[in-house]
Amino acid sequence: MVTELLQLAIYGVVLGSILTLGAIGVSLIYGILRFAHFAHGDLMALGAYFSLSLVAGLGFPVWASAPFAIVGAALAAIAIDQTVYRHLRKSPPIILLISSFGIAIALRSVIQLVWGPRNQVYASGIQIPWRFEGLVIKPDHVWIVLGAVVLVAALHLFLTRTKMGKAMRAMSDNMDLALVSGIPSERVIMVTWAVGGGLAAVAGIFLGMDTRLHPVMGWSVLLPVFAAAILGGIGRPYGAIAGGMVIGLAMEMSTVVIDPTYKPAVAFALMVIMLVVRPQGLFKGNA
Amino acid sequence: MTLLSIEGLTGGYGGADILHGVDLRVEPGEIVVIIGPNGAGKSTLMKAAFGLVKIKEGAVLFEKRDITPLRPDQIVRQGISYVPQERNVFPSMSVEENLEMGAFIRTDDIRPQMERIYSFFPRLAERRTQIAGSMSGGERQMLAMGRALMLDPKLLLLDEPTAGLSPLFIDQTFERIQKINAAGIGILMVEQNAKQALAVCDRGYVLTMGRNRIDDTGANLLANKDVAEMFLGG
Repeated sequence: MVTELLQLAIYGVVLGSILTLGAIGVSLIYGILRFAHFAHGDLMALGAYFSLSLVAGLGFPVWASAPFAIVGAALAAIAIDQTVYRHLRKSPPIILLISSFGIAIALRSVIQLVWGPRNQVYASGIQIPWRFEGLVIKPDHVWIVLGAVVLVAALHLFLTRTKMGKAMRAMSDNMDLALVSGIPSERVIMVTWAVGGGLAAVAGIFLGMDTRLHPVMGWSVLLPVFAAAILGGIGRPYGAIAGGMVIGLAMEMSTVVIDPTYKPAVAFALMVIMLVVRPQGLFKGNA
Repeated sequence: MTLLSIEGLTGGYGGADILHGVDLRVEPGEIVVIIGPNGAGKSTLMKAAFGLVKIKEGAVLFEKRDITPLRPDQIVRQGISYVPQERNVFPSMSVEENLEMGAFIRTDDIRPQMERIYSFFPRLAERRTQIAGSMSGGERQMLAMGRALMLDPKLLLLDEPTAGLSPLFIDQTFERIQKINAAGIGILMVEQNAKQALAVCDRGYVLTMGRNRIDDTGANLLANKDVAEMFLGG
């Protein structure tokens, strides 16, 4: 029983790492642009498929394809913002939310057109897992968790040590004051999309490594990603880390008592409970 | 050369006009105060100088240059800094980061200016790493002014700098404003504490219903019977 719980905890941390990378982007975008970005899951999927093109098409190892996927997803995010969201800056958040729904559907269709509707994987065959005292750990799991730790640390340094990172926090803190201080909001918004899109790409790749690639992969993970962002206090990227881990662990551990099919329901239930009991999140958010 | 000149300004926030042909000027090194009853358009007039108001008629000139069509982020580069009345710090950021954000548009070394501000506000120097949101109202007001001074502006706009402060802090704030002014920075402020504000200013404007009512030196306005009846509690 203890071994089984530990095993599930490992899966939970892996899933939590993936959710965290997605949720940080959702939280950053919410903090600066003030809307819930519903196309974020499909942006994750887009990054995963960019990577697949290099892996399946050109024979890249997955890790080597990641930088290209990050840049590709970041550019895609900026392009979407410049062509669609930019014209809606002064619109109420609900308009932006609905249009991000539209973008989500468009992205999914593009993925399906370009890469086809079937399931795909980065590497076929079975990975030989490591075994410790009855615990099974796949090398991919280690890479996913390490990758997430490194990216979160890099993001932390960016937000606390660089002028642009601090400007992002300033805009999220007090938009009007950032404006009167001369902080160039459009440039900060572009960087926000680049960071959010880049992290989404990695989250998508990790999700593809952990499971498989499918055009609906991003859409199905969107709910847990939002649950993580809300649990951590939306608009607070640091909260997203804790939120991602809690949701990831809860989803995996729940399989002890309920059918694994209900994992997303567990995330949804936690999100609803959180919104009822403590809508500002574990850490005070901007919502 | 006149620092700031507002000429025949009419405008508001998009709905009905709040200002109706208002004139105002600030000469270099002056402290100018805008007083008037609630809803007279005092804050609106000051915001108009910073590109935060929709201007229908009239012009805003800064050192003879027409800045009427400029956005706030462009105006701040001309040498005007603005301290809003409320929400005037970045609450989740440290004192030091707040000052850094005030200097965002500077590309040169900001350390010397930051040290000048710390020596001017020793209280801030003691609290460099404290999060702005956890400070008292008076300290936050200091930080807000410090943030605005990071650009070493020629003109500082202050929207009710003593609002909500205790009497002790109010006195200190006025002293500090005079000290900032002594360094050669022109000041335009909106104030509810009319008596004290008029005592420290060079000139004052009395605004009612979005129009100029009286303008004169601070001393004359203090001695003016009408002004005394209206704002100074008899």
